[in-house]
Amino acid sequence: MNPRDSSLSPSPSDRRLSALARHLISPSEAGSRGGADVISRSLASSYSLAGGDSVFSHVSRAPEDPILGVTVAFNKDPSPVKLNLGVGAYRTEEGKPLVLNVVRWAEQQLINDRTRVKEYLPIVGLAEFNKLSAKLIFGADSPAILENRVTTVQCLSGTGSLRVGGEFLARHYHQHTIYIPKPTWGNHPKVFTLAGLSVKYYRYYDPATRGLDFQGLLEDLGSAPLGAVVLLHACAHNPTGVDPTLQQWEQIRQLMRSRKLLPFFDSAYQGFASGSLDADAQSIRSFVADGGECLVAQSYAKNMGLYGERVGALSVVCRTADVAGRVESQLKLVIRPMYSNPPIHGASIVAAILRDREMYNEWTIELKAMADRIISMRHQLFDALRGRGTPGDWSHIIKQIGMFTFTGLNSQQVAFMTKEYHIYMTSDGRISMAGLSSRTVPHLVDAIHAAVARAV
Amino acid sequence: MASAMLSFASAAASASASLPVHENLKGKTKIGSVNFGSSVQERNPFGKTKHFGRVSMTVAVNVSRFEGITMAPPDPILGVSEAFKADTDEKKLNLGVGAYRTEELQPYVLKVVKKAENLMLERGENKEYLPIEGLAAFNKATAELLFGAENPVIKQQRVATVQGLSGTGSLRLAAALIERYFPGAKVLISSPTWGNHKNIFNDARVQWSEYRYYDPKTVGLDFDGMIADIKAAPEGSFILLHGCAHNPTGIDPTPEQWEKIADVIQEKNHIPFFDVAYQGFASGSLDADAASVRLLSARGMELLVAQSYSKNLGLYAERIGAINVVCSSADAATRVKSQLKRLARPMYSNPPVHGAKIVANIVGDPALFNEWKAEMEMMAGRIKNVRQKLYDSLSAKDKSGKDWSFILKQIGMFSFTGLSKTQSDNMTNKWHVYMTKDGRISLAGLNLAKCEYLADAIVDSYHNVS
Repeated sequence: MNPRDSSLSPSPSDRRLSALARHLISPSEAGSRGGADVISRSLASSYSLAGGDSVFSHVSRAPEDPILGVTVAFNKDPSPVKLNLGVGAYRTEEGKPLVLNVVRWAEQQLINDRTRVKEYLPIVGLAEFNKLSAKLIFGADSPAILENRVTTVQCLSGTGSLRVGGEFLARHYHQHTIYIPKPTWGNHPKVFTLAGLSVKYYRYYDPATRGLDFQGLLEDLGSAPLGAVVLLHACAHNPTGVDPTLQQWEQIRQLMRSRKLLPFFDSAYQGFASGSLDADAQSIRSFVADGGECLVAQSYAKNMGLYGERVGALSVVCRTADVAGRVESQLKLVIRPMYSNPPIHGASIVAAILRDREMYNEWTIELKAMADRIISMRHQLFDALRGRGTPGDWSHIIKQIGMFTFTGLNSQQVAFMTKEYHIYMTSDGRISMAGLSSRTVPHLVDAIHAAVARAV
Repeated sequence: MASAMLSFASAAASASASLPVHENLKGKTKIGSVNFGSSVQERNPFGKTKHFGRVSMTVAVNVSRFEGITMAPPDPILGVSEAFKADTDEKKLNLGVGAYRTEELQPYVLKVVKKAENLMLERGENKEYLPIEGLAAFNKATAELLFGAENPVIKQQRVATVQGLSGTGSLRLAAALIERYFPGAKVLISSPTWGNHKNIFNDARVQWSEYRYYDPKTVGLDFDGMIADIKAAPEGSFILLHGCAHNPTGIDPTPEQWEKIADVIQEKNHIPFFDVAYQGFASGSLDADAASVRLLSARGMELLVAQSYSKNLGLYAERIGAINVVCSSADAATRVKSQLKRLARPMYSNPPVHGAKIVANIVGDPALFNEWKAEMEMMAGRIKNVRQKLYDSLSAKDKSGKDWSFILKQIGMFSFTGLSKTQSDNMTNKWHVYMTKDGRISLAGLNLAKCEYLADAIVDSYHNVS
């Protein structure tokens, strides 16, 4: 189709050109037939319809996802000393992915159970999984649970829970702004924007102290519009590893309640951060204890090692059971046109583990072992850097908590480490401690030392 | 609007809850309505309450921020099963959801699926995140299954395949792609179609309109209406087509009709958008059921295909499917795939691994693949038997001379009985037969033993209820 031939009726590609060009030229030109030709002619040279005149000609190639793209690059690297400190997936001392024993145990149980079928789950997912997940995060004796004020729906891990929660708020909550910490997990702004919320930031990380900018946080939340939604990392902040203290959490809670700010917790590391499931849920539980409302996105990707199974849950704590029932019915309307109902396998594993005392205990032991290994890596890295005399204060490595360390290295230093030492990490200087082992710490120390020592 | 007002009022109201008790008694419990013309961006958490005209509302303290939310109605399809469960009558029959049942009316997990799962557990495979686009082995297998491994579109690498959350999730990714890259484009859906199609496009903010499909007079295809409506659609529209076993009617175009559909689509530069939820399940043959897709792709058209393994592999709850975009070049396919990934990442990051591995293991192993084909033929065969028995029972019991042969002509899991909403209600209320209000019954939920009972119910509802 020759775009200059104005005797033909507008082709689909012409219509798309028109749609795009409306941004570039005045409305009066765009509306007329003559306008369509103007657009076509002016864009024809830059808009090639070669290659079979595809209707997808105008679709550009998206860049790799920055976080997952790190693993893509890592996989391509042939170096024998390469180290993947990108994605937050746990690795053993041997550098291997880990499937928990208790998970294998649960899977064997599921396979042996001849009564099991693969019928569609309800839209809200596996009922037993939902109940047990709520108890896990809020505490079995939580008044919100006892009073039936919580609705919990199974979602696709943390991401899916955040997305469903965001869509729900965009449709049913009066305030469409969500405040997220600066920095935060790279996918957060995209999730909430596509859900229909507008994203703003509150100060969080202080590069000078490599700790929490608490004053900045209080100021920014203090000047947020009344009722705005606020995303909080329940523990083990990603990417910084910097968490508020209990006292700071209390101040945050009071400030938020006084301004009617709606908390939306992202809980991706319960039990994985400190080794204690209860301790890592403390921030959430203190908010629920004051009787107020909140949303919680839970993920079992890390703490049960169920990454690829996509298991998670969205809970909405409401003031009354009646409201919770209505909220649940509306959550279903978000889910049904997105994927109808959630996948059964991962949720069945979680339910099997949480419902059985022996399996639950086994899980807590394996969970603590993972958390302990990460803490030990922190100490090893810190000691090694200090021993090496690498310039700088590296104590943040042992002060930060969870899977990630915000090293404070800048993007040039990161690029240098990747190129010269085959260390793969995100360009914000975040490293996954879970990807380190005693064997690989020396190599990382060499790389950091060289990166810091070189003139920028 | 009301909920906004309530929310504003409650914002002011529950602020007073944080005051000490004696302050509360000073009369702050009565709250006037907030003028929602004014900004809520006040520093004073207790706000200034104004009266909106002569309306003022008294709102209790500690009102939920979600107080104004109404109870949503139950899903029309999935809600049927819920109602069925609650029914205590022993004659009850669930012909609602399209999930396969055995002759004993039990759910069915394919033997080949159990074998695959055992293999997976024995191998001790890990549970690492899949790439955003899903399991590579699954994506390869699913495209080859759909188009045929020797198909030029595959050989030339012109298909962008991304694992999706069964049919729904794959349709949603495609809808999101359309919204972003084809703004203003319309999707044409058949009248009737699967009830969730319009919800998917609504939530994805893609406009849709209907093309005529079902002819109640013939209980068959309104082919002329279909062609006319596709022809009348704006150039470059997306035409949603059921690859085989149309849901809810069971009425498929003939091969000759598919050729004419392809003609008019090409003439109008439309983009075919297939929903393939029953490949192999409809006729029993994977290749036969893919004929429509292959016919249109052989014309050189660019097209979209959403696939599901819920029915043909019985993997309903595992949520395994794929979106395929056939492009005119390998480069376009690469670009399209990258953009599909960009839409999936903020939705769920990456898809679930379990169902994908089951499919990849079965399709990748010749012995398992053959076993699958045999089990699929068995399932399709059972449904054909049930259709025959139902037809025979209806013909025997209905003395009016009505032609029930459409039951035999329709294909797949569903039959559009032609019953109206009130007649369908009678089926449920009087006969405890659960079905959707559009007159659709799922033959997968029927067995030979219950055909006569069902025939009685249908004959009664059709003739005695208007």
